[in-house]
Amino acid sequence: MTTAVQQPPAPTPAAESRWLVAARSRELGIAALIVLVFLVTTAYNHDFARPHSIQQLLTGASLIALLGVGETMVIVTRNVDLSVGSTLGLSAYVVGDLFKHQHIPVWSGFVIGVLVGLLIGTVNGFVIAVLRVPSLVVTLAMLYVVRGIDSLIVNGQTIDPDAIPNAFTAVGYKDVLGIPWLAVIVALIVAFFGYAMRSFRSNRDLYAIGSNPAAAELAGIPAGRRVFTAFVISGLLSGLAGALFLSLHAQIDNSGGSGYELNVVAAVVVGGVAIFGGSGTVVGAALGAVLLNTIDQALVASRISSFWSEAIAGGLLIAAIAADRALSLRTARSLRRREGAHREL
Amino acid sequence: MSQIRSVRRLATAAVAAALACASLAACTSGSSGSGSSSSSSSSSGSANKTVKKGLTVYFIPKDTQNPYEVLADKGGQKALGELGGKVVVSSGTQDTAAAQIPSVQSAIQAHADAIVVAANDPKALCPSLNQAAKQGAAIVAFDSDLECGSSPTHLFINQADTKSIGTSEVDLLAKQIGSKGDIAVLSAAASATNQNSWIKYMKVQLKKYPNMKLVKTVYGNDDPATSLTVLQGLLTAYPNLKGIISPTTVGISTAAQYLDTHKDVASKVTLTGLGLPSQMRKYVKDGTVQSFELWNPSDLGYLAGYAAASLASKVTTMTPGAKFKAGRLGQYTVAGPAATPSVVLGPPTVFDKKNIDKFKF
Repeated sequence: MTTAVQQPPAPTPAAESRWLVAARSRELGIAALIVLVFLVTTAYNHDFARPHSIQQLLTGASLIALLGVGETMVIVTRNVDLSVGSTLGLSAYVVGDLFKHQHIPVWSGFVIGVLVGLLIGTVNGFVIAVLRVPSLVVTLAMLYVVRGIDSLIVNGQTIDPDAIPNAFTAVGYKDVLGIPWLAVIVALIVAFFGYAMRSFRSNRDLYAIGSNPAAAELAGIPAGRRVFTAFVISGLLSGLAGALFLSLHAQIDNSGGSGYELNVVAAVVVGGVAIFGGSGTVVGAALGAVLLNTIDQALVASRISSFWSEAIAGGLLIAAIAADRALSLRTARSLRRREGAHREL
Repeated sequence: MSQIRSVRRLATAAVAAALACASLAACTSGSSGSGSSSSSSSSSGSANKTVKKGLTVYFIPKDTQNPYEVLADKGGQKALGELGGKVVVSSGTQDTAAAQIPSVQSAIQAHADAIVVAANDPKALCPSLNQAAKQGAAIVAFDSDLECGSSPTHLFINQADTKSIGTSEVDLLAKQIGSKGDIAVLSAAASATNQNSWIKYMKVQLKKYPNMKLVKTVYGNDDPATSLTVLQGLLTAYPNLKGIISPTTVGISTAAQYLDTHKDVASKVTLTGLGLPSQMRKYVKDGTVQSFELWNPSDLGYLAGYAAASLASKVTTMTPGAKFKAGRLGQYTVAGPAATPSVVLGPPTVFDKKNIDKFKF
């Protein structure tokens, strides 16, 4: 995932390229931090660079990074999706239950996972974009509604490892050239949406909506439709994440994905996505997920108390938000200065 | 927050229902729910030596979905079914004390005869439970003990005494790794009372094995993803690790899946701990895990149900030495003189290739 390279920006007006440079340097900063944590830990314990360890660095971050793609698209529009963890849990259980009782073919597990997510994302999108209810409330409610439905279906049961086909769990642990399939799949999705968010007009609209909703509306951007789509994509990817969760852990009860919404928001914000919308990239969010997982694993590998990991994650969050604030103040100041210079001419 | 609020709203609804009920004389007198009308004559007499019929016992598990707790709840339902009473299962969906308080409140409103609770926090529920006890409810704890002192006094149903679990896990692992090498513990949350006291006894038992060394305890918080990350960190930190004890179902099954899919690691590291036979069956059968332990959660709930009903009927007391019958499990004696009166279910069952197919939970 760290290898996902940004394409050079197309020639753009001065203000935008300035913004892009800032955003890009933010991702480079996170990538540098990951490398730093990795090197320091490896210097302390050479085994940290062994294949199994590196594979888990990627595997452990994959699901949060995948959820982070949809979450980034939503947060960029100045919304938030808190239902991702519950969606993951429901999707994973439904797929597991179908494997156990209906013996569905392996490929359909992923399709059904995606469909479950799509359904929840559509409901979210409809209530938020059409009925105009704040996303914080809607998705918080969905967090509980979906978990409740999950609990009803689960009814205290578990899907045990012997019910999941080996070909399905293989996706969770097999690798290609040493890179876990899970990480490859997520990296491809991150790369696709990373490209789309830079280049597709409909996705650029998301930034405009998040920067200034009123102006975006006046500029003729179909804000409702765009926000709706963002929630549908977030739901869909959460559903896929559910199927991948099942393939990784080979078992599921009703607690799968509990609390993941906060991990995802943390990864996304650490990854440089502004919590109040308008800026940030999916690549940054994915790097944020890798960074947090790397720190978790590095602490244990360095024989340091893992109690530090939450404190460090919190510190990084504050640093990220402070950096955002500093960045936006500086950008605003430089824009004003340029505007002034313009008038003088 | 909002979950707490929603549960609280439910509790408010329960209060409203109870008030509505109070205005109708017919449903207040029994106070023990549906079965009471038919059996009230037999139970109205003073404490004869049989358990009253028509008792209402509230089971408040850590959460309503944990498969293990669900089995215990079902055991309790079986016990009360045999005794002609009923069980109400009530709790939150997450393992917090705050989510359990509304359930205790609704038990109070329903004038439950007894409350059987697996507390998420040793102290947080004490005030609510004391309120219930003052109203006459017998308080029974299982799975994780309370620390309420005398307000209220309660009976703890010990799944297997803490000591024998810690001790037997170490013995089980020692047998598999030839009593030699570095070992680690993959636990649940760092604050879990039961986990920590088992680990304490593991350390005591390890003194008998001078060549075995507990190098680290890591916490997977009962989340598969976190468990996996700390497990990998552990394997990196201690490349010579010979054994892992994971006294939690999520930890042991996550670690087993990892070893199952990483045979090179599995050939060096031996895993054991507390697990559910249904989740571990595959790994025991394919040889990834040789053996692990658990008590029978359904028996645990069954015993708790009998204990609660016996206490509520004044057939037994919480004083050490008091005896009561627990259906097919036979007779139990309240142990003392420790701060908490308790009853021990029995030694944990060891599951391996030979017997695992006999257990369907």
